[in-house]
Amino acid sequence: MRLDAILRIVTKMLIPFMLIFALYVHFHGDFSPGGGFQAGVVIAAAVVFHALVFGLYPTQKIVPPRLVTLMMPAGVIIYAGVGFLTLYLGENFLDYDVLSHNHHPEKPNYHAQERGVLWVEVGVLTTVAGTMISIFYAFAGRGKGEDKTK
Amino acid sequence: MSASVSSLSPAILNLIEHLPALQVAIPMLGAAFVAMMRNGLLAWFVSLIISLLMPIIALFLLHETFVNGIVSYALGGWAPPVGIEYRVDVANAFVLVIVSVMAAITLPYARKVVALEIAEENRSWFYSMYLLCLCGLLGIAITGDAFNAFVFLEVSSLSTYAMIAMGRDRRALVAAYQYLIMGTIGATLYVVGVGLLYVMTGTLNFADMAVRLKEIEETRPILAALSFITVGLSLKIALFPLHKWLPNAYAYSPTMATVFLASTATKVAIYLLIRFVYTIYGPSLELVETSAVTVFVILSLAAMFIASFAACFQKNIERMLAFSSVAQIGYITLGISFAVKTGLTGGLVHLVNHAFMKGALFMCTGAMMMRLGNVKLQAVEGIGRTMPITMGLFVAAGLSLIGVPGTVGFVSKWYLALAAFETGQSWLAFAIMASSFIAVVYIGRIVEIAYFREPKGAALLAKDPPPSMILPMIILVVACFYFGIQADLTAKTAELAADAFLSSAQGTWGAVQ
Repeated sequence: MRLDAILRIVTKMLIPFMLIFALYVHFHGDFSPGGGFQAGVVIAAAVVFHALVFGLYPTQKIVPPRLVTLMMPAGVIIYAGVGFLTLYLGENFLDYDVLSHNHHPEKPNYHAQERGVLWVEVGVLTTVAGTMISIFYAFAGRGKGEDKTK
Repeated sequence: MSASVSSLSPAILNLIEHLPALQVAIPMLGAAFVAMMRNGLLAWFVSLIISLLMPIIALFLLHETFVNGIVSYALGGWAPPVGIEYRVDVANAFVLVIVSVMAAITLPYARKVVALEIAEENRSWFYSMYLLCLCGLLGIAITGDAFNAFVFLEVSSLSTYAMIAMGRDRRALVAAYQYLIMGTIGATLYVVGVGLLYVMTGTLNFADMAVRLKEIEETRPILAALSFITVGLSLKIALFPLHKWLPNAYAYSPTMATVFLASTATKVAIYLLIRFVYTIYGPSLELVETSAVTVFVILSLAAMFIASFAACFQKNIERMLAFSSVAQIGYITLGISFAVKTGLTGGLVHLVNHAFMKGALFMCTGAMMMRLGNVKLQAVEGIGRTMPITMGLFVAAGLSLIGVPGTVGFVSKWYLALAAFETGQSWLAFAIMASSFIAVVYIGRIVEIAYFREPKGAALLAKDPPPSMILPMIILVVACFYFGIQADLTAKTAELAADAFLSSAQGTWGAVQ
């Protein structure tokens, strides 16, 4: 694989687009199929793609296993954090309406709804990407000395 | 709001309003933070704080339900039939209190056993799984939404599989896998049932569903949904022929997981089953007439006798106690199948009582495990002389399991027997007594081995565990006797919970705001 220049160069060119596409899927999730889960999977796919072409250890230098294991709970914290933020601002758990700068209890606020769900989906994205990559690391790292995913 | 609550400051008042959400959200957030920690002791400490907080919230909610009836919380501000509703009445709050109190008692005990059984780098993950499991169990008990209940069922189950798989040896992996297969089938059947109900009624909200079910005739999909849900939840409950996963899961999982799961997990599934049978189907189907009830009586009896007999032939105390759990579940489902107030009260009060005594018994067994390395019958010979406190507490909790007057076991069986006479099935009262005698056999066998044989090997050097482990055991054993004599608190609350279920079966729960 080391000598295969085309494969390596094309991979390097494609990965940034994959990551941007993931962000597109994430942000456009309100209007078209997509959202945090799908975006997380696309990000994980980009990492897996890199590992397939360049090998597991070069990838683990860029995306260290420790970071991946932190991503899994971090996503939950972002998600639940939005919930606690809305509680703190005086509304029900995960009531996004209150996230607007001009919150009015009687009127529904679409901007605030969108803002809330976007942050929640960031949490989903983080956890899904972390979990996918760590499953891949666990399988790919099998039989290669110590288990690096722990 | 009641007078006692309204005198509090606005900030606290605001907090009280959000208690249903906090009950579930705090352990979930805690699980995420604990998973990030590298220090097992710190992870334990955070879990301990959260576990001690949970009963406070649950008791507040119970108090609220006493004062105001039903507490409803619209998650995300979406009004109930559309959004997810957390709907707490006395029955939910009762289950919340059981789960959270057992969690709070288990955690102080857990530090030493977890430090012994689980590798340092996995400890914080283990506590994280425990908190997720707690979150899932509390979530099932608190939610008023059928699909949300499924999600929490999965949250608690998946974390349980992980906890069991962290057990002492490789048999834990097989046990976890076995439970995973059975649990997944159970959850699938449940969600198929919920799907059918959703198609027929167009709602997932329990209260709304109960109202709409009354409007449609007894159609076949509705009955199919009931059977799917019953079988699916029975797998989770470990009702007699579907109990295969339970003995291995309890015997090979880490001690702390065994103690916690044995006293909480199956109870929550039982609650959900009662919720479906009474609250959702109650108003539209004639409970007593349905053949499902007959099936329940037969299966409960089979559990009480066959599982008790199986317990007598186990060579390992943990497996013996696990089979005894299956038998005790039989008492609870028997109580449910009576469909009268005393019977349901007996079943519900046995939820608490069984949590106390099985918690205590598994804690004692865990202490022996810690000193001896295993709890096979040969290993515990003469242990009554070298670990007197542990074995003494084991016997005391065992007496409660048998149902000796003055213990909590007696209270539950008293109610069940009353219900048997009340419904004109007095032979069932004798069946309850007869199955109690089998408990005498398997507990008596341990007593004989522990006290009347010479200790040898590791048993000679064994000594009682440290106070941090003894104290939770003492609390549970004292609870077994205190609530056996002074049954007002548990039995009265169970009675109110039974009332709540029965009145919901008349269709009063379904008042959607």
